[in-house]
Amino acid sequence: MDVKSLTYFFVGISFALYIGIAIWSRASSTNDFYIAGKGVHPIANGMATAADWMSAASFISMAGLIAFLGKDGSVYLMGWTGGYVLLALLLAPYLRKFGQYTVPDFIGTRYYSNAARLVAVICLIFISFTYVAGQMRGVGIVFSRFLEVDINLGVVIGMCIVFFYAVLGGMKGITYTQVAQYCVLIFAYLVPAIFISILMTGNPIPQLGFGDTLINSEVYLLDKLDTVTSELGFNAYTENSKTNIDIFCITAALMFGTAGLPHVIVRFFTVPNVSDARKSAGYALIFIAILYSTAPAVSAFARMNFIDSVQEVSYQEAPGWFKNWENIGLIAWNDKNNDGLIQYSAGNALNEVKPRFNNNRGSSGERGLDNKPDMTNTNEVYIDRDIMVLANPEIAKLPAWVIALVAAGALAAALSTAAGLLLVISASVSHDLLKKTFMPSITEKQELFYARCSAAVAIFIAGLFGIYPPGFVAQVVAFAFGLAAATIFPALFMGIFYKRLNKEGAIAGMLAGLAVTSIYIINFKFVNTNLNSAENWFLGISPEGFGFIGMMINFIVSFSVCYLFKKPPDSVNQMVDNLRNP
Amino acid sequence: MHKQYWRSNLQIISILLSIWFLVSFGFGIIWSDFLDQFQIGGFKIGFWFAQQGSIYFFVLLIFIYIYLMNKLDKKYKNKSKEEL
Repeated sequence: MDVKSLTYFFVGISFALYIGIAIWSRASSTNDFYIAGKGVHPIANGMATAADWMSAASFISMAGLIAFLGKDGSVYLMGWTGGYVLLALLLAPYLRKFGQYTVPDFIGTRYYSNAARLVAVICLIFISFTYVAGQMRGVGIVFSRFLEVDINLGVVIGMCIVFFYAVLGGMKGITYTQVAQYCVLIFAYLVPAIFISILMTGNPIPQLGFGDTLINSEVYLLDKLDTVTSELGFNAYTENSKTNIDIFCITAALMFGTAGLPHVIVRFFTVPNVSDARKSAGYALIFIAILYSTAPAVSAFARMNFIDSVQEVSYQEAPGWFKNWENIGLIAWNDKNNDGLIQYSAGNALNEVKPRFNNNRGSSGERGLDNKPDMTNTNEVYIDRDIMVLANPEIAKLPAWVIALVAAGALAAALSTAAGLLLVISASVSHDLLKKTFMPSITEKQELFYARCSAAVAIFIAGLFGIYPPGFVAQVVAFAFGLAAATIFPALFMGIFYKRLNKEGAIAGMLAGLAVTSIYIINFKFVNTNLNSAENWFLGISPEGFGFIGMMINFIVSFSVCYLFKKPPDSVNQMVDNLRNP
Repeated sequence: MHKQYWRSNLQIISILLSIWFLVSFGFGIIWSDFLDQFQIGGFKIGFWFAQQGSIYFFVLLIFIYIYLMNKLDKKYKNKSKEEL
């Protein structure tokens, strides 16, 4: 069978599996719909959390990003795993003890204020939609490259599947489909990584392989990569190019942001008790670490392989994947020196960076470009970093079934995260906005109905994001983590560890964190994009890392404001005491 | 009683979080360039902590926390039974 029919086969089977699980685990009460009846085993919850957390970005984009960033890419590896230590030690057990349905629920109750609840709901909806938009783009890329269907049709299929198990099954349906999706995605990630590791270094464990010597040679892979990247004018692969303070702040913003992401936190509400909440954070991190420790190995292999297979190769003899991705528009080649050979080095190949293709063909048969080449350097290749993981099995010439498997895995990663996000959006609308704020008199049945409606609306909006992808998706990811770090994490953390904090302090802190972080990011990412460089940044901290400063400001404002107003009522003190008791 | 439990809990958290800080922000970022002059196999030590080691330590830390907290829970459950 060829790659395409194998892909249909794998994707078809996995989708059938998800739907089957959804039917088997329908939700019948709000308790089932929001938190899966609190009956999820910690290992199952760990897998579900891992699938929930590892999105299209982790699966498709991260290794590619690190392949091109080298050591600078470590911020993602540390940032997106270290947050789980914070979650396990500082938040998960206590929030589970609290025993309600949503994150705004905790903030509204702990700070005895619907205003605080509303601020939390707004941050939550913003963060979650930002995230969903990225997932739908991932679904679109996979469908168009591997199944050769229209991107829009692919997004609609994805929406229908998510609709089916999220609306029907709620948290219960999502949890068990995520367990299946985790198995699919981790298998799909490891198989090509192990293959490539054996091919390049002879070591079957990728985590060790990328520190090993190249096959039939005495040279270490990473040393070779350092030499090759420096020769081509890049920063050496194992050296930083960013400043330490910037790396520090980005890592911190990602860690605290991770610990403040509502769709991750809510997973710990689904286990039977506090001790299981701690355990499931541990299992979740093991399952995540399996992928995250493999990713940098994949990055190093991919970078090496990519350079080896295109450098100084003539376009006519270029490998098939090069032309396939060129057809999708994610690779472009401009023969600057007209020698018919592909030369790859540092710098942008094209003016305006992204290629604009026309219908002509160049002298070697490459796709014609409307952009002028950027003649300040000799690089001739534009490559979209998102494609490295998807293209890697092809670059390494692995069998067709591995390539098909990767497509199914990427879809599992995108769909599982999308479903988790849509669920927290719908729960915060039906539970926090309707039941707890505007329509307190509705019955449980009505609330469940509204929860399903808002899940349906949220899926529809997410689908629109996929079909009309907003150009700002990449920019707003910094926003999602920045806001989670600057608003939700401090509110939860102080709610548990700092009894004296009253509603005035908490609200002022959240608003200050929200305002400072938004203004900084909007300024550099949307308004004054031309000023977005190190010399204009505050203390040299990039917008991606500013959530950490926003968090500090939140803490300072909360501490100062809370002493101007009276202490929280006794009922809140008792509530916190109760949280702290095992 | 409850206060003692909370104090031991805070102690455990602060020790574990110090290690958390050391292996990621310390070895992976602040002293990473310094550690890079030492090499084990193909890995420079600083690079290894930034891309591999910190992650393994994170997993380890959570499981140490689970172990210590379960022990603490047990101790205080037994104590409260004795008081009854």
